[in-house]
Amino acid sequence: MGECKVTTVLKRYPGAGRDKLIPILQEVQEEEGYLQREAVVMIGRHLGVPTSQIFGVATFYNQFRFEPVGRFHVQICRGTACHVKGSAKLLETLKREVGVEPGRTTRDGLFSIEVVACIGACGLAPVISINGEFHARVTPEEIPVLLDSCRKKAQEVG
Amino acid sequence: MPVIMENCCGLCTQSQSSPCPRAVECLTDGPLCHTDGSCARKRETWKNTVNRKDTRTPVIFIGAGTCGLGAGASATMVAIREFLAARSLNCTMVEVGCIGLCAVEPIVDIELPGRPRVSFREVTHDRVGVLLESMLVRGEAPAEMALCQFPGSGEPWSGIPLFDEHPFFAPQTRWVLENCGIMDPVSLDEYMVAGGYRAFSTALRTLTPEQVCSTVEESGLRGRGGGGFPTGKKWRFALNTPSGSKYVICNADEGDPGAFMDRAVIEGDPHRLIEGIAIAAYAIGANNAYIYIRAEYPLAIRRLKVALDQAEKNGLLGTNIFDSGFDLNIMIKMGAGAFVCGEETALIQSIEGHRGMPSPKPPFPAISGLFGKPTVINNVETLANVPGIIRSGADWFRSRGTPNSPGTKVFALSGKISNTGLIEVAMGTSLDEILFGMGGGIPNGRAFKAVQIGGPSGGCIPAGHTDLLIDYESLGAFGAMMGSGGLVVMDEDTCMVDVAKFFMDFIQRESCGKCIPCREGTRRMLEILRAITRGYRDETPEQSLERFRGIVNLERLGQVIKKTSLCGLGQTAPNPVLSTLRWFKDEYEAHIFERRCPAGVCTGLLTYSIDEDKCRGCTLCARKCPSNAIKGARKSPHYIVAQECIGCGACLEVCPFGAVKVQ
Repeated sequence: MGECKVTTVLKRYPGAGRDKLIPILQEVQEEEGYLQREAVVMIGRHLGVPTSQIFGVATFYNQFRFEPVGRFHVQICRGTACHVKGSAKLLETLKREVGVEPGRTTRDGLFSIEVVACIGACGLAPVISINGEFHARVTPEEIPVLLDSCRKKAQEVG
Repeated sequence: MPVIMENCCGLCTQSQSSPCPRAVECLTDGPLCHTDGSCARKRETWKNTVNRKDTRTPVIFIGAGTCGLGAGASATMVAIREFLAARSLNCTMVEVGCIGLCAVEPIVDIELPGRPRVSFREVTHDRVGVLLESMLVRGEAPAEMALCQFPGSGEPWSGIPLFDEHPFFAPQTRWVLENCGIMDPVSLDEYMVAGGYRAFSTALRTLTPEQVCSTVEESGLRGRGGGGFPTGKKWRFALNTPSGSKYVICNADEGDPGAFMDRAVIEGDPHRLIEGIAIAAYAIGANNAYIYIRAEYPLAIRRLKVALDQAEKNGLLGTNIFDSGFDLNIMIKMGAGAFVCGEETALIQSIEGHRGMPSPKPPFPAISGLFGKPTVINNVETLANVPGIIRSGADWFRSRGTPNSPGTKVFALSGKISNTGLIEVAMGTSLDEILFGMGGGIPNGRAFKAVQIGGPSGGCIPAGHTDLLIDYESLGAFGAMMGSGGLVVMDEDTCMVDVAKFFMDFIQRESCGKCIPCREGTRRMLEILRAITRGYRDETPEQSLERFRGIVNLERLGQVIKKTSLCGLGQTAPNPVLSTLRWFKDEYEAHIFERRCPAGVCTGLLTYSIDEDKCRGCTLCARKCPSNAIKGARKSPHYIVAQECIGCGACLEVCPFGAVKVQ
């Protein structure tokens, strides 16, 4: 299954060179949610670049993940403005309530946390984004409420 | 939408293969090559439609940048549509970028036919009904919800300040942000009617690349991304380097946390950036340009793609642009999240598909850059300034700002300040005016402590020095730097040691690891700062010894990193620590000698206790405590076991009676 998606992405880049590596990685991650080991090997074969070097690039950039994201992907902004407005405490609360460290996904696959450098919405600090939807001026008290609404949504959809 | 390439009548002779050199001017001021009343009328009608002058229905503008959407603009839009549908009212809805006053988002503007456009603040979905009921049904502008009104035709609204009288907007000089939040960002027509792409067309037709470089050089425009290098000089280096192919790269990898002007420009006025890039490419003779933009800005990428597509379809990009023989192709490259890629040589590595690691300069990219070819790399704001310079001339640009730093600069205000958002002011404006004038001062009656300028590479400016006039030189002399223009304001509740630690943590994570001073040095500095902010209870005797050894070396370590690092990231990495050390030595000393955090931020140094008189024994804190450090029976006062307390502050947050005290 996964292989098909990777092949479709690679087909869009016939005869591609090294400079297409990052766009390909981005597209594969977009399709599959993360970079599987097999996908990386296939990309390497397509570009004629050693797998080790591809991992070298993929691990250098913060964007690439090697584990699937949760159904609710929580991004917490740790930019300067958010920090000054108390995002450190927010992150603590989030970690406590979800029960995983940033970069990881809960066992039930419901939540994953990602720390991002700056979302660029500094005027609304502190900001978190759940599946791309922004929540502005979040307080630690609001975190359990937000997470509960996610859980409820998950139950409704089943 | 009329296409530039479209012939207005039989007299117009342009075609795909031989486009008209003056197509832009002809479309907006024409017809130029023939006098025909009907063609002129056609253009007038088109302009009125684009400017929505002829519309009989009200126009609703919604500030839908990332910040607006974050504040709930999408819910507002849904509520507006529902309202209109329920009353079967007919309105035009336009999504615009951010006007800059993020603090009062979502912002909605309404223009009734024949009346000036009014801007309303904090139009969350639950306030839509009240606003629209008043404006659309009764035709009254609720002054208490209004922000300002724009100068325009018709009778002005009473009791609402004009845009150029509003205390936030009045002191600004909006050149780069001219159209942001006002114009439909994905309308090429609107940009052209406002004079867009004229500069590019003029440059192609009447100026040689050499002359474009000279004009930009004379204007004194300097890199707005942080370095402050003269833009024209950079272009001339690239122009004078002979090569078969050259590149222009627009650096939109706005990695500095606390700066978001590039995002706002791209979301609010993408065509201005494209025009700037096109002029830069013509000036150096590049046929390919890249926009390297952060993947964290999905909306900006989307709008940029639409704008590029429009420009291509209308012959503003592509081959033989306006029959000048000049070809240009602009591509978007998404960054993958690495702060160091804001550095020119690292950015080039990243585009080439490598790890984003800087390389030594020289050779400078203008001589040998992307794929070994001459490459000019400019920041978004720099390029967005270019169309204005070409259109109005170098002297116009020099009419604002200081002799060494002409023009304007966009600043992002964030942190502990009332009016968070974006402002654009002439260089040489005082910090006082920015923070306490436009910024509206510190909220909640707290005292101003310092402002961090230039992000993780910059420094702080403490209270008492805010009379500083901001330009490249004065900031440099003060030990800070312009950076990309992020101003993060801190009040008395912010701990400067904690801020320094925050930046060091950021920098050591983002260090690419190539050179030792930066890779190892920043980590050691972070360790020292962590040791300073650690309490006794988490410390072994060896660690206590290490702590003092570290403190002794902190400043020297910073100097060594500055002097010996390879790239700009490392060379500026110790700045936040060095500048806080310089201005807030007392705070460091309180942390070091008294193990006390004066601002009450460093959790490791805080001790929590419960006031017996105030505690009602509700057990809420005991249930919330992650380390079970709170003991006590129901309905009797609780107490905290100091050895087990991890200082997270959860009890303080939940206590409904204010019984938890912190020291």
